Amino acid sequence: MADSGNRASTVYHDAAKTLKGKITLDGVNVFYGPDQAIYNVSMVIPDRSVTAFIGPSGCGKSTILRTINRMNETIDIARTKGSIRIDGEEINSKAVDPVILRARVGMVFQKPNPFPKSIYDNVAYGPRIHGLASAKRDLDGIVETSLKKAGLWDEVADRLDQPGTGLSGGQQQRLVIARAIAVSPEVILMDEPCSALDPIATAKIEELIDELRENYCIVIVTHSMAQAARVSQMTAFFHMGDLVEYGPTEDIFTNPHEPRTQDYITGRFG
Amino acid sequence: MNNQHTSHTVRAYSDELNALSDEIARMGGLCESQVSDCISAVMRRDPALAEQVIEGDHQVDALETATEKRVIRMLALRQPMASDLRATIAAYRISGDLERIGDLAKNIARRTQELNKSEPLELTRSVERMGKLVVSNLHRILDAFSAGSAEEAVAVCRADEEVDEHYNSLFRELLSFMIEDPRTITASTHLLFVAKNLERIGDHTTNIAEMIHYLVTGNELHRDIRRDPDDVA
Repeated sequence: MADSGNRASTVYHDAAKTLKGKITLDGVNVFYGPDQAIYNVSMVIPDRSVTAFIGPSGCGKSTILRTINRMNETIDIARTKGSIRIDGEEINSKAVDPVILRARVGMVFQKPNPFPKSIYDNVAYGPRIHGLASAKRDLDGIVETSLKKAGLWDEVADRLDQPGTGLSGGQQQRLVIARAIAVSPEVILMDEPCSALDPIATAKIEELIDELRENYCIVIVTHSMAQAARVSQMTAFFHMGDLVEYGPTEDIFTNPHEPRTQDYITGRFG
Repeated sequence: MNNQHTSHTVRAYSDELNALSDEIARMGGLCESQVSDCISAVMRRDPALAEQVIEGDHQVDALETATEKRVIRMLALRQPMASDLRATIAAYRISGDLERIGDLAKNIARRTQELNKSEPLELTRSVERMGKLVVSNLHRILDAFSAGSAEEAVAVCRADEEVDEHYNSLFRELLSFMIEDPRTITASTHLLFVAKNLERIGDHTTNIAEMIHYLVTGNELHRDIRRDPDDVA
């Protein structure tokens, strides 16, 4: 781990020290032009589980999430330093094609953003451009499986040719999750996936996240602490660009070690 | 409860948490005087005081109901987290233990009326000593609650050993008493129940100590650390 300078160092719970990781962040710093947004974040994110990033607005949780599939590169002034490895492979190395990386590391955003295409084409788009299906029948199979995994199949099976944008917000969010799943990712990043949804649609997404956990490494950024508590196994608390505390969700929400974590999750932030 | 944190962004939430610990403190104070009074009633053979304790138990029950309602409301409306969650759960459990302590005090007060029907027993003094210890532990644990002291909670847990020893020796003494003079069996049995109830009050005090330890540290107080490792008695 790199030198943390004069900023407070992260508190790792015991369980967070011995994790076998899918993703390893080591001394990650992110800058937007002259401003530093992330200070020296090191953490191990386990496979086949849900890791929640929580913290007040502007704490850097979305920024750190976006380093995992190099989404920050789409912002001109953003620079990332430090090591980010997926299965031991450095994702920022020249040899890694960001397009391929983003197929391995899918992303779901705050607002559902289906393509202005049919439900079928929304899901089939990724497999087509990545050449994952050779015949129409294979593609049909991928679309069906992905929609089933996303818990949407039963609701749309009879209208696959209709526009994805015609679905309800909750259905659209599940559609983009199906789209992410269709390219067989290993990691799914979710940036506040439920903040635009009603409680029923939110519950469906949460149920889906819990099912997806069996096969994927999921990282979720959420403003809803109750949601982080419900869906995740590990929780990381960020504040002003620091990773303040990282540990099992249950411990973070019942017995946080850091006063800043305690103040945030109990609603005492000044 | 010691308020080491800045207050909540939502002030009404802070107010509710404070009201909750105030209720526990009030209920605790009431229980302490109930226990102390029921022992005096036995000692002084005072039926009026015993009656007062029996009547006073309704107040303890009412406070428990109020606390329970408040806790359920807070869980539903505020979804407390971390130290707030521990404070809410601890208050719920502690009020339950205090309510039981109130019941046991009422029970002891009822025995007074029975004990007054026979001649005073010499062993009543030992019961009084045991009672004083129980009241003192209860007092200490309520102070530990107000101060948020996990150390004191551990100390009170350990002090309960002494209460148990008192009870065991009293049990043996009362037994030999009854064997020696069967005419004392009725009174001795009532006195034995008084002692047993005091011992139970000690146990509930220990439960409260465990909850305070959890509330303050977030960790359970394991039964094996109750005993002082240096203590090889």
